[in-house]
Amino acid sequence: MCGIVGLFLKTERYQSRLGELTADMLHEMRDRGPDSAGFAIYDEGRADRTRITVLAEGQRPDWSRTATDLEAVLGADVSVRPIRDHAVFETSGDGSRARQWLIDSAPEVDVLSYGSQMEIYKAVGDPDLVAVNYDLRSRTGTHALAHTRMATESAVTTNGSHPFATGADTCLVHNGSLSNYNWLRTRLERQGEIFQTENDSEVAAGYLAWRLREGDSIKGALERALVALDGFFTFAIGIADGFAILRDPIACKPAIVAETDDWVAMSSEYRAITHLPDSEHATIWEPQPGVIYTWTRAA
Amino acid sequence: MGTAAGRHLHVDPSCVSEPHQVTTIDLAQSSLRDLNQMLHLARHGSFRVLNPRGAHAVACGIDAEVSVEIHGSVGYYCAGMHQKGSVYIDGNASTGLAENIMSGTVHITGSATMSAGATGHGGLVVIEGNAGARCGISMKGVDIVVGGNVGHMSAFMAQAGNLVVLGDAGADLGDSIYEANLYVRGEVASLGADAIHKDMRPEHVQTLAGLLRRAGMEADPDDFRRYGSARNLYNFHIDDVDAEVAGRDV
Repeated sequence: MCGIVGLFLKTERYQSRLGELTADMLHEMRDRGPDSAGFAIYDEGRADRTRITVLAEGQRPDWSRTATDLEAVLGADVSVRPIRDHAVFETSGDGSRARQWLIDSAPEVDVLSYGSQMEIYKAVGDPDLVAVNYDLRSRTGTHALAHTRMATESAVTTNGSHPFATGADTCLVHNGSLSNYNWLRTRLERQGEIFQTENDSEVAAGYLAWRLREGDSIKGALERALVALDGFFTFAIGIADGFAILRDPIACKPAIVAETDDWVAMSSEYRAITHLPDSEHATIWEPQPGVIYTWTRAA
Repeated sequence: MGTAAGRHLHVDPSCVSEPHQVTTIDLAQSSLRDLNQMLHLARHGSFRVLNPRGAHAVACGIDAEVSVEIHGSVGYYCAGMHQKGSVYIDGNASTGLAENIMSGTVHITGSATMSAGATGHGGLVVIEGNAGARCGISMKGVDIVVGGNVGHMSAFMAQAGNLVVLGDAGADLGDSIYEANLYVRGEVASLGADAIHKDMRPEHVQTLAGLLRRAGMEADPDDFRRYGSARNLYNFHIDDVDAEVAGRDV
């Protein structure tokens, strides 16, 4: 099954409540995916600083040592903010070099996200507990995506949980199951993509990451995904200044969108939207199959 | 009984036997299970449901001459397996509105997402707004009237009944249809396998006029086109094997 929620704030009005509103939405989707959960949260950030979210599952490493080592490598300041088994490294140095160093030098650590605006957190267990443990409710920002997982194609692990980063400040959450992902994974590995799990959604994320790296726009990458991916999906894709939605042409997997002057929300089910402020006056509709929808701050 | 409070509700026979008294159940205070148990125990009477907030299975499994008014939007399978009574929803509905309806009526003022009226054997489903994909999938005798549009693969494998669409129909309307009449006033994006355009004979105009009247929809039956089964898929033809293989992208 799985549940998806996305909330994009069009105005500043509710930015101080982004985490709280997202946590309420996530709670409603809890019984669609009690295995594990995760969220991506975006704020204004600073263009000259890169944030890298990492996970050392079930551990509490001494991150300050890692930060000192990384500082030496980059020749730039590095700060670290631990939160349970996650940590957010932040640097004014070369962000992609920092990311690569963390991947190469700390094999027990998984890099969940990087960029100047996005952080990703994920864990197995009750979605409400994941929200509490990683302090979702207190977060402020511009937009967020969250996911509750009911595993079908691969094991219940933290790494198999969503969202999956697809590049700097971009990520994917998925409800559905893909059929041609083994074949596609092999192809993408030849293109240099590295996969951490047996998960089908990670392959979809890897596909988008590859296309974005090749220079496609989000819309262009999703248009190609419609052809390349065989299976069922409702995708929500987080980008630096907004988010996108795509459903497969059969559209078995649900999706609903609600919009007011202040926000756009998407969810697997309507009930996740009912708690949002002024939702009783929102325009509500169902995204069409095979159609790419995007909302961005610039628009 | 009035506005129910607390988790444990008991049907008061003196209340539900009064045809004009309305029992109000506020789902912000009462549980869904209490509501549905009350509706299953009642033999007649009127009920008003407040604050459904997208809950699933609201007013599911009614099997009596009760009348239920729901104020707000509902989740999956609202009025599923419905028999005899009437359910009126002032809002929208998610997947499977009136799924497997046997008789009675289900009327919604807003839109319904996927599979509205799926597998229905009888009764009337009225959707004033749009219906999503696969409206009336495998319908077996239900009448469905949609004021707006229906999504793709509506009336897929339809076996009996009528689907009336005042707006447009999405791709592959009536795919693999056995029987049933599909009346569409607007555009049909495409017809599914074995679905064809058919003439409107006087009996069809009469049936359609009756359905529009019962649904409270104002439309001229002469503005509709009828679609139904070419009946070519009833039997297996060995020639079709080649046709299918030739058409497949291999």
